[in-house]
Amino acid sequence: MAFNHYNLIDITELSRDDIMTVIHTAEAMKEVNQREIKQLPTLRGRTAVNLFTEHSTRTRSSFTLAEQRLSCSVLAVSGSSSSMTKGESLTDTIQTLNSYNIDLVVMRNSYAGSSVKVAQHTKAHVISAGEGKHVHPTQALLDLYTMWRKLGRLEGLHVGFVGDVSHSRVCGSLIPALKIMGADVTVIGPQTLLPDDPSVLGIDHVSEHLEEVLPDLDVIYTLRIQLERLETAPFPSLREYNMLYGITEERERLMRPDAVIMHPGPLNRGVEIDSYIADHPKRSLVLDQVFSGLCVRMAVIYLLMGGNDNGVVA
Amino acid sequence: MALLLKNIRVIDPQQNLDQVCDVIVRDGKYVQLGQDLSIPKGLTRDMTGHIMVPGLMDMHVHFRDPGFEEKEDIESGSRAAAHGGFTAVLQMPNTKPTIDNAAMVEYVNKRAEEVAKCRVYVSGACTVGREGKIMTEMGDMVRAGAVAFSDDGSGIADTGVMRRMMDYAHQFGTPILEHCQDKSLVGDGQVNEGAASTRLAVEGWPAAGEEVEIARDIELCRLTGTPLHIQHVTTAHGLDLIRQAKADGLPVTCEVTPHHLFLNENALDETYDTNLKVNPPLRTQADNDALVRGVIDGTVDCIVTDHAPHTAWEKDEEFERAPFGMTGLETSLGLVLTQLVNTGVIDYNRMIELMAINPRKILRLDPVTIAEGQTADFTIIDPDAEWVVSVDDFYSKGKNSGFIGAQLKGRATDTYVGGYATMEDGKVQ
Repeated sequence: MAFNHYNLIDITELSRDDIMTVIHTAEAMKEVNQREIKQLPTLRGRTAVNLFTEHSTRTRSSFTLAEQRLSCSVLAVSGSSSSMTKGESLTDTIQTLNSYNIDLVVMRNSYAGSSVKVAQHTKAHVISAGEGKHVHPTQALLDLYTMWRKLGRLEGLHVGFVGDVSHSRVCGSLIPALKIMGADVTVIGPQTLLPDDPSVLGIDHVSEHLEEVLPDLDVIYTLRIQLERLETAPFPSLREYNMLYGITEERERLMRPDAVIMHPGPLNRGVEIDSYIADHPKRSLVLDQVFSGLCVRMAVIYLLMGGNDNGVVA
Repeated sequence: MALLLKNIRVIDPQQNLDQVCDVIVRDGKYVQLGQDLSIPKGLTRDMTGHIMVPGLMDMHVHFRDPGFEEKEDIESGSRAAAHGGFTAVLQMPNTKPTIDNAAMVEYVNKRAEEVAKCRVYVSGACTVGREGKIMTEMGDMVRAGAVAFSDDGSGIADTGVMRRMMDYAHQFGTPILEHCQDKSLVGDGQVNEGAASTRLAVEGWPAAGEEVEIARDIELCRLTGTPLHIQHVTTAHGLDLIRQAKADGLPVTCEVTPHHLFLNENALDETYDTNLKVNPPLRTQADNDALVRGVIDGTVDCIVTDHAPHTAWEKDEEFERAPFGMTGLETSLGLVLTQLVNTGVIDYNRMIELMAINPRKILRLDPVTIAEGQTADFTIIDPDAEWVVSVDDFYSKGKNSGFIGAQLKGRATDTYVGGYATMEDGKVQ
C-alpha cells in the first residue's frame, strides 16, 4: 500500500487505508522495539531536527528515541536555547536550520498554523509534534493504534472524550481521525470546555452529563485538566470538576465490562482521573499509549522518509 | 492655473446633478459647469467616459504617524489615499505617543500640511493613552483642530467612564466614534467564534463581544444625547440594534468596511493567511448579506476602510502573534464599484453618499459639492477600467491587503484637492 505523503500535520489528509498502513507499520516497529538490538539502519546519514519551542517531555523523548532507533542523526533545538527567545522569527529560524541541509523537522509550538508555515519554508519533511490547541497528529495515530491493538477494530467504536475538548490539540487530530475510521464520537463536559462549533471536528454527540453516556462507551478518553487562573477558570474548583467529570472508582460500575480508559498524559491524579482507574490493570491503557507512541512515531518517520510499504522492515 | 475637463459625467446628489458637461476649475474652485466651454490658457483634458464625483472621504484610517512610521506615515498614507481616490481622511489616534492632547493634534496637522496628498483630519483619543480611564483634554484638542474622539482599537470597558466622557463631549458637538469590543468577552479572540475558531483552533471573538457594547452605547447615547458613531459594524444583530436606535430618533450613525462586506470567515483556511486577521474579525456569509442590506436601506451611513498597514515581517509571524488589520485605501472604491454599483445593488448617488457626503456630515465638516464657487475637491472615476489588485500597485507602505488577486472593474484615475491634482491619470503627483 503506497503512502504518498510528505508531511504529517493535517490528519484529514490521510485516508482510511493510509491510517491502516501506519498501524501495520507500527506493528512491525513494535517487533523491532522488542529485539535486543533495537535499531534499524533505514535513515543512516539523515538528519532530523526536533524543534520544540514549547515544553514537552514525553513527546520529545518519544520522537528522539524513534529517530535514533531508525539510525537518524538528531539535533535538538528547544525554546529556551533557541534564538527565538531572542526575538528571531519562526521563518528566520527555519531558514537558518535549512542551511544545514536537514531532512526532517519535528516541531512543537504554541501557535496554531506554525507547522504549515514551517513546511512552506523548508524542503525537509515536517511532522507536527503538537501545536497550540490545534493539532497533534502522531498522538492521534498512536491512540488509534492503541485502540486497534486492544479492541481489535476501530470502525463502530464509541469513543467518549471527557473534559477540556476546546483546548485539546489531541482532540483536534484524534476526533477527525476517529471519524475517518468510522468510529462514533461523543464529547462530555460543561459548555465552558466544549468547542465553539463541535460539528467542525465531526463530533457526533455532545453531553454535559457523564453518567448518562458512560454506559455507552467503548473507550473513555480523559483529557488533562489545568487550572491556572481562578479568575478566568472554566469551572470553579478541581474538587468540583472531579465531582462532576472525574473518572472515579465509583463511576466504574457504570462502564461496560470491556470499556477501556485512555489519557494522553501527564495525569492529574485525583482530578480528571483517580489512581484506581489510572492504574487499573484491565482498563487503563495509559502505559500502552506511551509504548505505542514510540512504535507509531518510528512508523510515521519511516513511511514519510523511507520506504512506501512495511514489507522490508522486519 | 486653470483646468478644463471636457465631456465628463458629473454626479453629485447634493446638487441633483448627473450630466455630461465641461467643468472649469480655477484658483482651487469650480468656476463654471456647462456645455462647449473653453479657456484662453491652462490645461484642457478630454475626460470622455469618465465620471466626476465629490472628493471621497475615508473617516477611518491608521497612518501610524508618529511612532510606527515603518508601517506607514502621513506622506505614504496620504499618497495611498490619493491613489484610491480619496481627498480626505480621518486619522485614528492610536499612534505612539497617543494623540490624546492638543500638541499631538497639532503635530499631525502640521505634518499633513507639509507632506500630505489629501486633507488629513484628526480624531483625538477619548481617554488618556486610550486606557479607558481618564478623560482627555477634549476642549483643547478641539481648539487644535480635532474633529472627533475615539479610542479606536479598544472599547471603553468602564460604562461610567463612557457615560462621563459622552456627557462632557456634548458641549463640543463632536461625535464619539466607538470601537465596540467588550474585552472581558473577547479576550484574546483571533477570529469569529464558531466554525472558524474551531477549525483554526484559536480563541474565538464572539459576535456578542461587539453587540453588547453597541447596545450599551446606544443606551448611553439615549442618556447623554451626544452623537454616537459605531465604528466597523460586523454583525447582523449589531446592525439591527443600530437600526432600532435610528428609528428611536437617536443621533446614532455607523460605518462598515469593504472587508466585512465582501469577505467572511470561510476565507480563513489552513494557510492561516494573516492578511485576513482583522479586528473585529471576518464574520459569516449571513452577516455579509445583512451589512449589504444595511448599505441599501440606509442603516449603514458610510463605508470606511479601517486602513491598517503593517510591515511584511509582522504579518509573517504566526497567526496568533501577527497584528490585526488590513490595508484598504487603494482597494475600497474598486471593490464598492465592482461588488455594489456594477451589480446594481446601489447606484452612484448612494455610493457618493456613503463615501463622500455622509462622513463629512457625521464629522460636522463643510460639505464637498460640485457647484460654481465651491472648493474643487473631486475624484474622477474610470468605470470601465478592469484591473487586478496587486501589491506592486500600492503606494501604501503596507502590503497587507486581503484582496490581493481580486479582479475589479472601475477605479479612480484622478484625484484633485483644492483644484490641484494629487493623482493624475493613475499616477500620484
